[in-house]
Amino acid sequence: MTMSTLKTAVCGLALLAAPLAASAEELVVNGEIEMITETEPAAHLDGALSTVRSGWTFRTTETKALQMDDFENPAMISVDNGMAAWNTADGAEGKSCADCHGAMEDSMEMVRATYPKWNEEAGEVRNIQMQIDDCRVNQMSAEPYGLDSRPMLAMEAAISSVGRGQVVDVAIDGPAAETWEKGKEIYYTRFGQLDLSCASCHELNYDNYIRADHLSQGQINGFPTYRLKNARLNGTHSRFRGCIRDTRAETYSVGSPEFVALELYVASRGNGLTVEGPAVRN
Amino acid sequence: MADNVTPRVRVPRDAAAGETITIKTLISHPMESGQRKDSDGNTIPRSIINRFTCEFNGESVMEMILEPAISTNPFIEFQAIVPESGTFAFTWYDDDGSVYEESKDIAVS
Repeated sequence: MTMSTLKTAVCGLALLAAPLAASAEELVVNGEIEMITETEPAAHLDGALSTVRSGWTFRTTETKALQMDDFENPAMISVDNGMAAWNTADGAEGKSCADCHGAMEDSMEMVRATYPKWNEEAGEVRNIQMQIDDCRVNQMSAEPYGLDSRPMLAMEAAISSVGRGQVVDVAIDGPAAETWEKGKEIYYTRFGQLDLSCASCHELNYDNYIRADHLSQGQINGFPTYRLKNARLNGTHSRFRGCIRDTRAETYSVGSPEFVALELYVASRGNGLTVEGPAVRN
Repeated sequence: MADNVTPRVRVPRDAAAGETITIKTLISHPMESGQRKDSDGNTIPRSIINRFTCEFNGESVMEMILEPAISTNPFIEFQAIVPESGTFAFTWYDDDGSVYEESKDIAVS
């Protein structure tokens, strides 16, 4: 092969590679929902992160692709189940979610982007799951799903799916401020025999490897998340548990006030990213 | 008896004559292998989709035998060449005798 043909070949490769690389860096779901996967950090982060990145940006090309098309996204089966449950009457009152809330696409669009949220009547910060079970028990007189149970995650995934593309904007001021501070404290507290805080990995070492795993910033805009490792939807609190367990500490329980506070704080670190749930991750 | 079995299919709405198109199918199904035991030690009976077929205007496009090692919610993707406008018919056969069907039209220009 002469030098000039070699050059042509190399040039051809570069031309081929360029559009591929560009399309791999932008997350557009179903060719229509444009996601923000990297953005300026919120003011409250105060320089702790130079940029805020969705967990999607840390994954391999193959895993990324799974999330770009609902047909390929294995979580969408659960979303269908959640949608069906939304329209099905349950409990002694004989009501479905839709009887009060109408179409999920209309009433739930902004929910995932703004929760966890202060609930004035209850006088506490609540996440989506707590709100769902509250509705089931007090409005429908139905059995609660239970936090991070399969039907709960399916419902949460459905609610999240209709809010995809909305910009995460959880309120951290006003009555939620106290809970947020508590969450921040937990985030920076070192736990367990390994003496690790959330920040040790997800703030100081994201993009590095922890054994064979590529550390993300620990953003939760993609939750509930379909994980390839267990082939099911995973809730935020269960994920927190897994993380704290890995530091060899006693963990808080799913639905505990500590985890609700942490969820609010971690969600606020992702203010400015878009709702991706149900996302596909390792 | 498997609950909540829903077939899903994606076929392009239109194609050029002789074009190779990609067809994706997914069916939600537990695919219980028959190898597992419940908490009392009893074998959980096998319950899988054992056969899948795809026909185009009555002509066989592909047929597949599924075995117990295939995981939950089988996803089957394959390519086909479409000579004319018509209908793809997809059929899944369950161990319990149920048959699930789905069909999609395609316009060839």
